[in-house]
Amino acid sequence: MNKLALKAFFAILRRDIVVTWREFIPFLLQALMQPLFILFIFGKVLPNIGLASGSFASLMLPGIVALSGMIAAMQGVTLPLVLDLGFAREIDDRLLSPLPVWWVPLEKVLFATMRGTVASSVIFPLGRLILGSGYAVRTDRLPILIGMVVLTALVGSTIGLLMGTTIKPEQISLMFTLIFTPLLFTGCTYYPWGALNHIRWFQILVLFNPLTYAAEGLRYSMVPPMNGFVLTTLGLNWILLALGMSVVVMFALGTRTFYKRVVT
Amino acid sequence: MTGMGTPAIAVRNLVKRYSKSKTNAVDGVSFEVSRGEIFGLLGPNGAGKTTTIGVLTTSIVPTEGSAHIYDVDVARDPISVKQRIAVVPQQSNLDRSLKVREILTFHAAYHGVPRKQREALADKLLDELGLGERKNEKVNRYSGGMAQRLMIARALMHEPDVLFLDEPTNNLDPQSRLFLWERIREMNARGLTILLTTHDMDEADKLCNRIAVMDHGKILVNDTPAELKKMIPGGTALEVRASGVRAAEKVEAALAAISGVTKVEPVAEEAEPGTLTWRLYAEAVNNHIGPAAQAVLGEGAEVRDLSVKQPSLEEVFIFLTGRHLR
Repeated sequence: MNKLALKAFFAILRRDIVVTWREFIPFLLQALMQPLFILFIFGKVLPNIGLASGSFASLMLPGIVALSGMIAAMQGVTLPLVLDLGFAREIDDRLLSPLPVWWVPLEKVLFATMRGTVASSVIFPLGRLILGSGYAVRTDRLPILIGMVVLTALVGSTIGLLMGTTIKPEQISLMFTLIFTPLLFTGCTYYPWGALNHIRWFQILVLFNPLTYAAEGLRYSMVPPMNGFVLTTLGLNWILLALGMSVVVMFALGTRTFYKRVVT
Repeated sequence: MTGMGTPAIAVRNLVKRYSKSKTNAVDGVSFEVSRGEIFGLLGPNGAGKTTTIGVLTTSIVPTEGSAHIYDVDVARDPISVKQRIAVVPQQSNLDRSLKVREILTFHAAYHGVPRKQREALADKLLDELGLGERKNEKVNRYSGGMAQRLMIARALMHEPDVLFLDEPTNNLDPQSRLFLWERIREMNARGLTILLTTHDMDEADKLCNRIAVMDHGKILVNDTPAELKKMIPGGTALEVRASGVRAAEKVEAALAAISGVTKVEPVAEEAEPGTLTWRLYAEAVNNHIGPAAQAVLGEGAEVRDLSVKQPSLEEVFIFLTGRHLR
């Protein structure tokens, strides 16, 4: 029985890979368009006209990596799930496959994590291309970097799971605005957490956003010492704890609501 | 109705109450479907058919009672049940991101069918269901009938033992409907047990070995179509149409005088100008064809038509569930 369930699981995963591979170029465009412009404006234009310092780019790049991975992962789950559970019911065929119901959201999360990881990874060559000499990433923390990229995508996909199972189709655009916008701007993507010292309340507020930890973790593993000055980020332990908790809680809640939506 | 071994479907005292509802959607339903049977579940909207099918297909958890597919408890071991059943829903839930042939091969892959086998079976089924020419398209351009056929092909890809068809020919053109009926009979002839729901009495009558009529969460009757039709009070009737009638009341009296005839009633609508029609009720109307003709001729009128009227399943349905709209 378990062997059969595993076969079903991997067949469903293969289905998602096949479908996305076919749409790979549109997927890349979707994942890259926003970071491309953010990198260009904040990393190139603003420093050039003297509104930001040159090192701003290397502080911001990890934020962009975190943001892209998280958004791509969320989008990989949320929208398909909202439509599927709302009316399309294309997921029924997978629910009738011989595997435990909760493996279906598990597959969604796993696949979206792959999506998010790819979206994060392509930011590196893109950053190098756009920032040119401003591109600076340390390579001595590569294993942590890889781990952070995957973990960020995992956080995004589990948040996406919870959103996808709770949002109704008619609420999509409103919810995207209400959830995405605050998530984007309170996630320490454009500024390091430590620099928020002067706005204490905001510094505390952003701690409730998982993206903050993702961005800080990536900053920890990416930003090289500049002029002998090492950037202080949130502690790696705290980062891992917060991201890990977010994954567990979001996945548990998301799977529970998923189950309630498909089995009554 | 082979009846051998365990039944394909066994439902016992099934109750389903949804959390926010005050009444039971399914209220103590029991029935069995033998292997190789085509079983029809009939009933008005909201009767509990969809909930019953939902329980049998693992998407609804019963509140009380049990449901078994080939002796496997649906609530306890849904995974084993899923491997044995296939579901064709009312509305298309085809995977629109995949090409037609892939819809079949992926479905089979979900059920662990090896690659070679699923590829061959997909081609065979697409040809059988008349979809072979358009197997590399996506389903967006498929008509309702084609989508329905594709969903049936998909259902057969993992060679299930029990097939659930929820209003299979709803909204289909007559050609597609006939084609589907043929296929349903064929699949059944190959040993597949089929449970279908329908509003179409003609469909139920033509396809089903047995029919259960549901209303308000309960099964009202469960029998063969022929037996169900006998439930109408009066049962079968003999219709006599005559022309050249001089005195209608005299003909009626003569018909009523035939021994064994329990009731004669004139039929209001005029089937043909200048003719009158009566309906005779009796225990065995076939025995009264001769005497009825003689009664008409004896009054100097001419017999234009004599026919035995079977009550339709539709009449049985309305008789059991009433005329009010749901």
